Amino acid sequence: MVEAVWLIPALPLAGFLTILLFGRRLGEPLAGWVATAAMAGSFLATVATFFGLQSRDHDDRFHVQTIFTWIESGSFTIDIGFLADPLSIAMCLFITGVATLIHLYSIGYMHGDPNFSKFFLYLNLFAASMLVLVLGDNLLLTFLGWEGVGACSYFLISFWFQNPSNAGAGKKAFVTNRVGDFGFMLATFLVFHEMGSIRYTDVLSGAPELSPGVGAAIVMLFLLAAAGKSAQFPLYVWLPDAMAGPTPVSALIHAATMVTSGVYLLTRLNPVIAAADGWVGPVIAWVGALTALLGALSALAQTDIKKVLAYSTVSQLGYLFLAVGSGAYVPAIFHMITHAFFKALLFLGSGSVIHGVHDEQDMRRMGGLAKFMPITAGTFIIGWLAIAGVPPFSGFWSKDEILIYAWEESPLLWFIGLVTALLTAFYMTRQVILTFFGRTRFFDATQEEIDQAWENRSAGAGAELTAARADLDKVAEGVAKAQADVDKRAAAITEAEGAFADAQAAVAAATEGDDGYDKLVKTLTKAEKAVPKAQDAFAKAEAKLVEANEGVAAAEAAVADAEAKVSSLTGARLSGPSVPTVVTAKTEAVDVSELEADLPESYAHRQGHPPHESPWTMTVPLVVLSVAAIVAGGLNLPFTKGLHFLEHWLEPSLFANEHHLEASGAQKWLFAIIAVAVGLVAIVTAFAVYLQRRTDPTEFEQGIAPVASALDDAYASFMGGPGRKLFELLTWFDRTIVDGAVNGVADTVKSLGTTTGRTVQTGFVRQYALLIGFGSILVMAWFLGRILL
Amino acid sequence: MFAQAATSPEVVWSLLWPLLFLSIGGVLLVTVTSVIPALRRPGMPAALTILIGGASFVSTIPVWRRVADTEGPTTVVAGAMSVDAFTVVMTAIIAASVVLTALVLDDYLRREGLDGPEWYVLLLMSASGGVLMAAADDLIVLFMGLEILSIAVYVLAALHLRRTDSQEAGFKYFVLGAFSSALFLYGIALVYGATGSTQIDQIAANLRLPNEAGLTPIEDASLLLAGVALLLVGFAFKVSAVPFHVWTPDVYQGAPTPITGFMASAVKVAGFAGLARVFVISFSEFGSGDLIQDDWRPILAILAGLSLVLGAFMAAGQSDVKRMLAYSSIVHAGFLLIGVHAAGHGDAGVADAGGRALVFYLITYAAMVVGSFAVATVVAGRGDADHGVDAYRGLFRKHPALALMMAVLLFSQAGIPFTSGFMAKFRVLGAAVDGEAYVLAGVAMLAAVVAALLYLRIIVAMFLDDADDEGGDEQVAGSVRKIDVPVGAAISIVLAVIVTIGLGVLPDLGRGVVAAAADVLVNR
Repeated sequence: MVEAVWLIPALPLAGFLTILLFGRRLGEPLAGWVATAAMAGSFLATVATFFGLQSRDHDDRFHVQTIFTWIESGSFTIDIGFLADPLSIAMCLFITGVATLIHLYSIGYMHGDPNFSKFFLYLNLFAASMLVLVLGDNLLLTFLGWEGVGACSYFLISFWFQNPSNAGAGKKAFVTNRVGDFGFMLATFLVFHEMGSIRYTDVLSGAPELSPGVGAAIVMLFLLAAAGKSAQFPLYVWLPDAMAGPTPVSALIHAATMVTSGVYLLTRLNPVIAAADGWVGPVIAWVGALTALLGALSALAQTDIKKVLAYSTVSQLGYLFLAVGSGAYVPAIFHMITHAFFKALLFLGSGSVIHGVHDEQDMRRMGGLAKFMPITAGTFIIGWLAIAGVPPFSGFWSKDEILIYAWEESPLLWFIGLVTALLTAFYMTRQVILTFFGRTRFFDATQEEIDQAWENRSAGAGAELTAARADLDKVAEGVAKAQADVDKRAAAITEAEGAFADAQAAVAAATEGDDGYDKLVKTLTKAEKAVPKAQDAFAKAEAKLVEANEGVAAAEAAVADAEAKVSSLTGARLSGPSVPTVVTAKTEAVDVSELEADLPESYAHRQGHPPHESPWTMTVPLVVLSVAAIVAGGLNLPFTKGLHFLEHWLEPSLFANEHHLEASGAQKWLFAIIAVAVGLVAIVTAFAVYLQRRTDPTEFEQGIAPVASALDDAYASFMGGPGRKLFELLTWFDRTIVDGAVNGVADTVKSLGTTTGRTVQTGFVRQYALLIGFGSILVMAWFLGRILL
Repeated sequence: MFAQAATSPEVVWSLLWPLLFLSIGGVLLVTVTSVIPALRRPGMPAALTILIGGASFVSTIPVWRRVADTEGPTTVVAGAMSVDAFTVVMTAIIAASVVLTALVLDDYLRREGLDGPEWYVLLLMSASGGVLMAAADDLIVLFMGLEILSIAVYVLAALHLRRTDSQEAGFKYFVLGAFSSALFLYGIALVYGATGSTQIDQIAANLRLPNEAGLTPIEDASLLLAGVALLLVGFAFKVSAVPFHVWTPDVYQGAPTPITGFMASAVKVAGFAGLARVFVISFSEFGSGDLIQDDWRPILAILAGLSLVLGAFMAAGQSDVKRMLAYSSIVHAGFLLIGVHAAGHGDAGVADAGGRALVFYLITYAAMVVGSFAVATVVAGRGDADHGVDAYRGLFRKHPALALMMAVLLFSQAGIPFTSGFMAKFRVLGAAVDGEAYVLAGVAMLAAVVAALLYLRIIVAMFLDDADDEGGDEQVAGSVRKIDVPVGAAISIVLAVIVTIGLGVLPDLGRGVVAAAADVLVNR
C-alpha cells in the first residue's frame, strides 16, 4: 500500500485545482467541504502508506516512488519522486491529520467571509506544498515545497490584506524566510558539488564520507535555512507578527506544518550532522536553547491571546532544536508531534474564543469565559496542561525526554530548558486564568469607550458653554436695546415738557376770545396730558432695563457655570475611572456609572451580546485534538523498551545517529520529578499572582515587556539606520542620475527656449556616456595591467 | 577575405535561407506594400511579418539537419559566416521573437493609432542584423550585423510619435549606441593589428601558432588585450551589463512596450551570441600555452557580479513595471555572463556545462521576457502609459487568465522550480560551481533572492488587492478599466507560457539541440 504515497500531496493539490477552477461557483460552504475532503483523503492515503510500510521488514522501510525523471544530464539526475520512510510518514500523519481538522474548523471560522473559497484555495495549496516538502525524495523537491509553503504563508497571512499591518506582517515573513532560503540554496549546491547527487538516498548513504569541515558548512547553511523557516534566533521576528492572519492559518502554520520543516530537514539530514565537526551539534542546541528562553520571556507579558501562543511556539521550536542539537532526534519528533496536537488545540481554542467574544484578542478583555464557552474552555485547559508539562498529558513525556538529552549535552542547556519549562507553565497558566477564570471583564467598559465617553461629555459641556455664551450675548443685546429705549423715553419727556411749557406760554401770551385761543387751550390740554404719558412710558422702559440687567447677571452666571464645568471635566477625566493596563482575575470592573449616559453604543451593544460558544464545525476539531493532546504521550512511553513505539518506528531513518542516554532509570525519575516540581511551582505561583492576586504583577509585567520587542527594535533600527542608508544610496543613484534624466526631459521641454535647457538635456546623455567611458577605461586598465604584471 | 574580394566567393544559398527570409522579406515588405495598397491595410503587414518570421523559423529545420546531423558545421560566403548548430539555434530564437513581437505589435499599433508597415520592416531588418551577428565568423561581418540590428532598433525605440519618452529613448539609445559602436570598431582594428586577422577561427588559430621568435603573428600582446577590452565593452553595452547598462532603464521604459520586449529578447540574444562566439572561440589560448581566458574571465566575472547585485537591488526600489523589468533584464544579463564565464573555462567539462547553460538560458529567457512585455503591453492600455505597479492591482479579478500567465512568467524569471527560469538558473549556477567560481555563484544566488522580491511585488499586486472587496475599486480611477486581451497578444503570451512551463517540467526536451549548439562554442 506504500504505492499510495503519491496521493498524499496529490489530493490537496487536486483540491487546490478544483477550487481554483470552480471556487466561485462552489462558494460557501461547498468550497470548504471540497478542501476538507481533499485533506481527509490525503490523511487516509497517509494511513494506508503507514500500514504499507509497517507490513514491511524493519530495515526495508525506504520506499522511493519515482513519478518521472525531471532533469537528466549525464550522471546527474533529479526525479520527481517521493520518499516514504518512517520519518516522512510520521510527519505526514500528523500534518494531514491536524490539517484536516483545521480545514474543518475553518469552515466555521471563515463563515461569512467574502473571500471564503479563496481562503481554502490557499489552505489546500499550502498543505500540498508542505507534503511535497516532507515527501520529496531529493533536496530540490524539498526546496520546491519549502518555497511553496513560504509563498502560501505569505498569501495566507496577508489574507486579510485590507489591514495594512497584515500586509506588512506577510512581507516580514517573506523577507526573513528569504534569508533562510538563501542558506538552503547554497547548501544544496554544496551537497551537489560534494556528493554529485541531491537525492536523499544518496546523500544519506554518502554522508559518512564527507569531510567534517564540509559537513559542518552544509549543516550550518541548512541551519540558517531552518532558522528562517522554523523561527529560530535571530530570524524569529516574523512569527509573532504573522499572528495578523486568520487564526486557523496561525494554527496550521505554527502548530503542525511550516515551522516544523526546519526541524524535519535537520532530522532528515542526521547522517550529515553526524559526519560534521563535533561543534555543529552544540551550535544547533545553543541556538535552540537561546530561542526557547527568549521566546518564553517574550511570552510572559503579552496581552494578545494569540501573541502569547506565537511566542510560545517560538519557544517550543527552540526546544526542538535543542533536542536535534543534542542528538535527540526521537524526542524532537516526539515533541513535534505532541506540540502539533496541543498547539493546534490552543490556537484553534484561542480562535474559538476570539470568535466568541466578537473579534476581541486582548486577554484583559476576557476572563470568566469558561461559563460562556464550556467546550472551548475545557479543551483549552487540556492543551494548557499538556504544554505546561503536567503528567500524564502528552507534553510532559516529550519535554521530559528532551531535558534528559540536554543534560547529557551540557547541564547548562538542561538548566535553560528547565527555566523555559518554568516560564512556559507560568505564562500558560496566566493565559488560562486571564481568559477563562475570574470575573468576566468582557462587559466592562474599555479604555477607548471611557475616553469616548469623556469626549462625548466634554463635547456636551462645550456645547453648553457655547450656548450660554450666545445667550449672554443675546441678553446683553437686550440691555443695550432697553437702554436705548430708556434714553428715547427720557428725551420724549423733555420734549413733552417743552411742548407743555411752550403751550403755557402761548396761552398766557394770548387773550381769551382771540382767534385760535381755543385752539391754543386745546393744545395746552393735550400737552399737559402728554407729559405724564411720557413719564409713564419712561418708567416702564426703566423697569424693562432693570429687568434686562438682571438677565445679564443670570446669563453671566450661566456662562461662568459652563466654563467651570468644562474646566472641571479635564480634572474629572484625570481623576476619573480608567482601565488598568495590567489585570488579574481579581481586577475590579471600572466604575462607569457616572459616565453611563455618555458611553458609546458599543458598550450597550456588548451588554446585550454576551460571549457565545462556537458552532460544531469548530468545537469538534477542538475535542478531537484535546483527546490527541492527552494520549499522544503514549507514542513513546519511557517505562520499558516495549513502549518506545516511536523510537522503534523511526529507527531506520536515524541510522543509529541517535544519542544513547547514559542516565540510569533512577536518574530519569529524578529528572522527571524535578521537571514536574518546577512546572507545579510555576503553576501555583501563577495562580497566586493572577487568580488570587497575592502580589501585584504590574511592575513585573512592565519590566519584562521590552524583552519581546528588543530584537525587533534592533532590526528596526538597523533597517532604519545603516540598512536604510545603503538602500537610499542605491535609490539616490537611480533617482538623481537615472530618473533625473527622465524628469530632465520634462523640465527641458519647459525651458526649451533657453540655451541652458539644451545643455542640461545633452548633459544627461553625456553623463551616461561618461559612465560608459569610465567603465571602458577600467576594463582597459585591467587588461593592460595584466601585461605589466 | 579581403584578398578574395575581387572574385565572388561561392555562396551556398540553401544554408542561408533563415537569414535571407528575414532580410529579403524586410526589403520586399517595404517595397511591395508601397506598390500594392491592399497590403497596407491594417493587419496585413503584421500577417506578412509573421509569415516571414515563421518561414525563417521553419527554414532553420532543414539547415539544422544538414549542419547538425549530416554535413557538419560549415562556413559560407568565403568564411564570413558560420553555419553551425549554435547559429541555427540563435537564428531560431530571433525568428521566434520576431513572430511573437509582431503578434503583439499588430494590436498595439492599432490601439495607439500608429499602424504602418515601417514598424515591421524595421523589425525584420533588425532581426536579420541579429542573425548576422549570431552567425558572423568574422569581426567585420559581426560589426555589420551589430549596426544593422542597432540602427533599426534605435528607430523602433523612437517610433511612438506621440510619446516624448519614446523619442527620448531612441535618442539616448542612438547616441550611446554610436559611442559603444565606435569603441567596438576600434577594438576590431586593434585585434586585427595584433593577430593579422578578423576571422574568428583564424584569430584563434593565429594565437595558437608556436610563439617562435619572429614567426608569431601576434605583433603585440598589449595591442591584442586592448582590442579585447574594447570588444568586451561593446558587447557589454549591447547586453546591458553593469556599468555599461546605464541606458537600459530609460530606453526600456521609454520605448514602445512590444519593442522593449523585442529588445530584451532578440537584441540581447544576438549580443550574447556574438559575445560567446568571439570570446569563447577566438580568445582561447596562446601558443605559449597561456590561456587568454585568464585575462578576460575575471573581468567578465566582475561585470556579471556587478550586474547581478546592482540590477537586483535597484529593481527593488522601482515602482514602474517596465523599469523593474529593465533592471530584471540586467540581472538576467548577469546570469548569462556567468554562463559565458563558465563556457570560457579551461576545463572541457566545465566549459561544456557553461555553454549548455548559456544556450538553454537564452532560449528560456527570450520566451519569458517576450511574454512578460506582452502582458505589460496589454495592461498599459491606450497611450502605453499605465506601467505602474498600481496598474496591476486586482488584475486577477479583472482577468484571471492573464494574471495567471503573468504569474507563471514572473515566477519563471524569479527562478521558481518547475518553470524554465529555474532550470536555466540552476544550470548556470551548476556550471559556475563546477568551475569553482563559488563567490560568483554565491552572489548570483543572493541576487536571485533579492530579485524575487521584485517579481513578487507585481504578483502580489495582481492577486492580493483591496479591489477584491466589491465597490472598493471604484475610487481608484483607471483600475476599473476593463482589460481586453487581443488575439495576437494572447497567442504570443500563451506560446511564451507553454515554452516556460514546458522547459520547466521537461527541461531535457531540447537537450540534443542545446548540447549541439554548445558544442560549437566549447569544442574548438
